[in-house]
Formats: sequence, C-alpha cells, structure tokens
Amino acid sequence: MSPSTATGRAAGAPAAAPAPRPARPARPGRRRASLAGLWFVLPFAALFAVFLVWPMLAGLWTSFTDRSLASPGADFVGLANWREMLGDSAVWQSLWTTLVFTAISTPPLVAIALAMALLTNRAAAGLGWFLRLSYFAPFLLPVAVVALIWEWMYQPGFGMVNGLLTAAGLAEVAWLTDQNTVLAAIAITTVWWTVGFNFLLYLAALQGIPSYVYEAAALDGAGPWQRFTRITLPLLRRTTGLIVLLQIVASLKLFDQAYIMTNGSGGPGYAARPAIGYIFEAGFTGLRVGYASAISYLLFAVIVAVSLVQFRLFSRKGETA
Amino acid sequence: MRTTHPTAPPAPGRRAFLAGGLAALGLGLAGCGPADTVLSGRRRLRQWNLFTGGDGARMVQMHEDYRREHPDIDFEPATFLWGNPFYTKFAMGAAGGRAFDIATLHVSRIRGMGAGTLIDPVPTDLLAEHGITRDTVLANVWDKCTVDGELYAIPLDTHLVVTYYNREVCERAGVLQADGTLTPTSGEDAFFDVLAAVREVTGQYGIAMDTTQPWRQFWSLYRQLGGEMTFDGDLVMDDDKALRSLDFLRRVSAEGLAPKASDAPGTPANFQNGICGLMWAGNWEIATFADAGMDFGMRPFPDVYGAELGQGDSHCFVLPHRRAPDDAAVAAAVEYAAWMLKHSITWAGGGHTPAYLPVTRGDDYAALEPQSEYRHAAADVQFDPEAWFSGSAAPLQNEANAVMSGVHNGSVTPETALELFKAAARKLLDTPEPV
Repeated sequence: MSPSTATGRAAGAPAAAPAPRPARPARPGRRRASLAGLWFVLPFAALFAVFLVWPMLAGLWTSFTDRSLASPGADFVGLANWREMLGDSAVWQSLWTTLVFTAISTPPLVAIALAMALLTNRAAAGLGWFLRLSYFAPFLLPVAVVALIWEWMYQPGFGMVNGLLTAAGLAEVAWLTDQNTVLAAIAITTVWWTVGFNFLLYLAALQGIPSYVYEAAALDGAGPWQRFTRITLPLLRRTTGLIVLLQIVASLKLFDQAYIMTNGSGGPGYAARPAIGYIFEAGFTGLRVGYASAISYLLFAVIVAVSLVQFRLFSRKGETA
Repeated sequence: MRTTHPTAPPAPGRRAFLAGGLAALGLGLAGCGPADTVLSGRRRLRQWNLFTGGDGARMVQMHEDYRREHPDIDFEPATFLWGNPFYTKFAMGAAGGRAFDIATLHVSRIRGMGAGTLIDPVPTDLLAEHGITRDTVLANVWDKCTVDGELYAIPLDTHLVVTYYNREVCERAGVLQADGTLTPTSGEDAFFDVLAAVREVTGQYGIAMDTTQPWRQFWSLYRQLGGEMTFDGDLVMDDDKALRSLDFLRRVSAEGLAPKASDAPGTPANFQNGICGLMWAGNWEIATFADAGMDFGMRPFPDVYGAELGQGDSHCFVLPHRRAPDDAAVAAAVEYAAWMLKHSITWAGGGHTPAYLPVTRGDDYAALEPQSEYRHAAADVQFDPEAWFSGSAAPLQNEANAVMSGVHNGSVTPETALELFKAAARKLLDTPEPV
C-alpha cells in the first residue's frame, strides 16, 4: 500500500509544479495519462473481478442455498445453513483447532526467524551464504514432501524423532496418533518448513540498519544486549509487524500439511482438523457446497477481524516510533 | 521505441490485441465442446478410475491389451487419486452429464453417488449378450449392485481386510501348518494365543493394524458377532456387540500384542520390518510385500467371534447419467466392462478377487499365490451398512475412524467411543442428503 501511494505522490509532483501558470495545456495531458493508466490497470482489474470479487459474491450467495456438488440446481434456503452452522459443534471445534494452531505456531515462527537472521547477519562472510541457503531451503519444498518426511520421522518404533527420544532415555511419543500431541507435531513441522520466509524478511531488514548507528551506540558505552533491545528491535518493529500479520493469516489458513499428515482423517478425535479441513469435508466429502460456503464465510470473518486488530496494534506503534 | 510513449499507444495495436484475445478466447471455448467421432472416425470411450497403486499398474496393462484388440475404439482412460478427490470429480462430472462414458466406483457408494440420478441403470440384456449375468459373477456382489430392482453397476472384483503373515516368523512361533500356511483359529482366546506366540518371536508385537482407521477391524468383528446397523429413520445397532468389538481393539493394544499407534503408512512398514509377524490390512497391500521379496502368506480375516468374516467392498463399473441419450456409447462402454471382467486374471495379480466366476474357478487363478489362499472370503465379504453417507471414503467411515482410534491408545474407553460414534452417525442421519 505505502509504495503505491509514494509513487503516486512522486508522479503527481512534477505535473503539479508547472500547473499554476499554464493551466490549460497540462489538463488534457493529464487526462490522457490517466486514461492510458486505466488500460494498464484493466488486465489486473479484470482478473481481480473474475477470480476474486465474483467468486466471493457467488460464494456468499451459495451460502444461502442448498447447492450440492452433485446436482445441477439449487434452492434458496435463507439462513438455514447459517443457523445449522451456529449449532454445529464440529464447526466450533475446527475453528478452535485453527486458533490454537495459530497461537502455538506464530511465536516460534517469528522468534526463531529473528534468531536465525541475527546469526546469519553476524556470521563470517564465508559462512553467510551457507546459513542463508540452509535456513531457507525447507521453504522451497512442496507440502507433500514436507509432510511425508515428517510423517516418517514421527513414526513410533522406527521413526527418527522417537529414536532420539529413546536414545536420550525418554519415553516414546505417538506424535501423530495421540489426540494431545498431533497438533503440536504439525506445528513443529510447519515451523521447520516455513520459518525460512520470515527469516529472509528479517535478514533483509537487518541489513538495512546502518552500521554507524551501532558504532555510535558502542561509543556511548552500550553493551550488546542494550544495542539489541534499544536499536535492533525498535528498528525492526515495522518488519516484525509485517511478519506477525503475514504469519497469523498463514497459520489461520492451515490445511494441507494437517490433511496430509493425518491421511485426511483429521487426526484422532478430529484434534487436527482445522476450519478449512471441515469446510473441505462438508463441501467435497459431503458434497454440500452451500453449507461449506457458510462456514468459509465464518472463517473469512475471523481472519479479517484478527488481521484488523493486529494491523491497528502495529500501525499505532509504527506512528509513535 | 513505442514504449517511450505509453500515453498514446497506436490504436490498431490495441484493437489487434483485443481482437486476438477474443479470438483466442473463442478458440478456447470451442475446444470445450466434444467432437465425439467427427475427427478420428473412431468411437471415443472415456473411462475414469481411481487406481494409482499396484492395481493401477495392472489396469494400465489391461488397457494396453484392450486397445490392441479394439482398434476401432479411441480409448481415453483418466486416473484420479483414490477417495475424496475421485468422488468429488465423479459427482461433478456425472452431474454435468457428458464428462465420461464409464467409471469405476465402490459398490458401497452407489447409493451415495446417486443411483438413478447421477448413475444410469445398466442394460442387463446387453450385458447378458457378453455373457455377464447374475450366474457368472459373485451373486452377493451382484445383489449389492442392484437398487430397487435395477442393476446400477457391473462388479469387477471384491476386496477386503485379510490377515497377512510373515512365514519365517510364524514358523518359528509354531503357528504354521505342515503345508506352510497359517493355522486357522477359532475364537478370541485361540487368536490371542497365536498373537502371544508370535510376539515371543518378534520380541515386540504379534500383529499390526491401522489404529488410525479401526473401522475395517471394528466392522469385521461386529459382523462376526452378528451385529446389524440400519439407518431407516433412526440409527439401530447392537450396543453390546459393538462394545465387545471395541473392547477387542482396546485389549489387543493394551496387552501389548498390537501397537497402540500405527498409521496408514506405518502399518505395512511395521509388518515389513518384522516388528510384528501378522497384519490385518486390505488385500491390495500385496504388491508392497511381493516387490520387497518378502516370504509371506495371506488368509481371510480370522474367526474371532464365530466366522471368518472380513469388512470389504467391491470395485465396479458404472454408467453416468447422460444428458443426451447415446446408445452406441453405452454399448461400447458395456462391451469394455465385459472385456475387463473376462480378462480380470491380470487384475487378480493386484490382490483383488475377481467377481467374474469363470476367472476365479480357473486353474490360472488357483495357481496364484497367495491370492488363492483367501479367495473363498470374497463370497462372504461384509459390506458397510447402507446409507448415502456410508461406504469407502465416505463420512461414516471418517467419523468412526476419528472416534475409535482413541480406543487403541487408551485415550478413549470403548463406552465413550460408542457414544461418540452414535452421536456422529445420528448427526449424519439428520444431514440433508446432497444427491
């Protein structure tokens, strides 16, 4: 958002400067420029309308019908789907699962990314590329590969994770088949898989902090910890806000790794069936697209609400900084 | 050069671009319309299936033979991922009324997938011309394909949960017969004795079963006890028999005879790694162990509560409802299905028991090891209860698996699991039927 407004202002400035005196010739040129701009925007606007605005409106309408995947027609049923949804415990259980996952996956995904970025930023020149590569590499793997790797590592009896636990004298954990651990196991996998993206954002921000700020602080007698808390963290605040926002939205959209790692079952007692998992089941296993649309609008509302709260919190901080 | 004047691009360029785009769009839309026999002069036959594993490889092999014998047919098979991904596409394709000419399906899903609405009846007279009648296929499966007196599917095979045994381990445990096959047992205690003997040899477990999908085991045991389950208006089932079946699952894990946790990929791995000497699993896992060069055999699901009954299902061919009737296409589809049934000895290699009796009664099939060891189980295969939400990869199985998997690891008692299952089944019963 901010880059586009910045360029808009920059582009407007030269045109506006000579405007006061020769007001006439400037106007047609401007109008022609904006008309041309329209043509540039049109392809995106068309795609946006066809693939985002229209499906969203169609989805909202579908949530008021009994549309089925397997029959051509659909009847208007008013608020029946919404009423059913409010009384459906599976909806709330899956939404709760999604929220719990977001709560347990976001902090490590931010903190570990920051720690890795700090390490890489301080690493010797010869080591930097290696750390960048190895921290970012898991992010390049497709979800099916990630899920498969971890499914085997979590296996009781012969999996690597339990092998390490037993070697350390601890008891085995039935990671993916125990109601109490399955969501945590998926969160660990997700952290390993996606932390590289946040790491990259942090690293770029760290490299943007000029070194003279640190030198000045060091001259004033600030220790490493003070430099970290008084300089690094405040200067990273906007990046942190961005990362937290992106991460919360990404975590709220949990589906694929949870679906694959539980073999589509949702885990024991549905402990790892996120909101999108239930939407998928209602719409594609149950064929009830109308009902699934209603639930997806509920999830959409939750995501918008959480994002707005988060956005307000961080933008206020950004202004004072 | 022209890019330096973005404000005034030459008008013809823009028009040409738009016209070109429209033309391309028109071409793309025109491509959507099928031109059945116009271009090639051969009849097009589109088949959809859900076989991606070892059975998929065998279907490809059969299709190559079919093509060679049918040069006049332009045969187009399409394979989709098993389970929901396939069924979703099936329902949508059949609702469209022109996506495919014939498809594979699980017999247990015929009702749920819209027999009479999405699926058309099979012309039995046409099928009889090719020698396929109730007398030449397994009668129990044929009857399952019949809804309200109409035949809606052509059964290809039967597949069910069976017992795999590691011959070397079982020999050392002394549970093999003189001919090298697993000694049949009768009753709960006798079976537990076998498991204990096998555990002595492996040092870890006696048997592996998928604890994340206990429905197959549960339904097998429940049916052995004579349990029924119906959904006519309300759920009717026998709580005592269900509790006894669930308690078997609890006990086998609690006594350390089976792993408390073993998921879909982990179960065959446990068997292959020798962590246990026996395994309950579907007969389609056969290729995994054959390829690994394991010395193993297979028997029907054991008699725990009175008979060797195992949960299972059938693959069949169905004809989708067509928007515009096309007798020639239906005739070609029926001929294809009949050809596949008659050549299903190849199909049997993947572990499924062919439904076409002349094949399973032949010498070639008798020579197939270990398939012939469990062939008689197919006649008594225990299908899932009848409802639109039951059957392979349908909601009822998912619900059952989610609540019953806790019984194995002790996080849920059999009583709680039964209550949860009944609540979930009643909720499905209250859900409006989508087809």
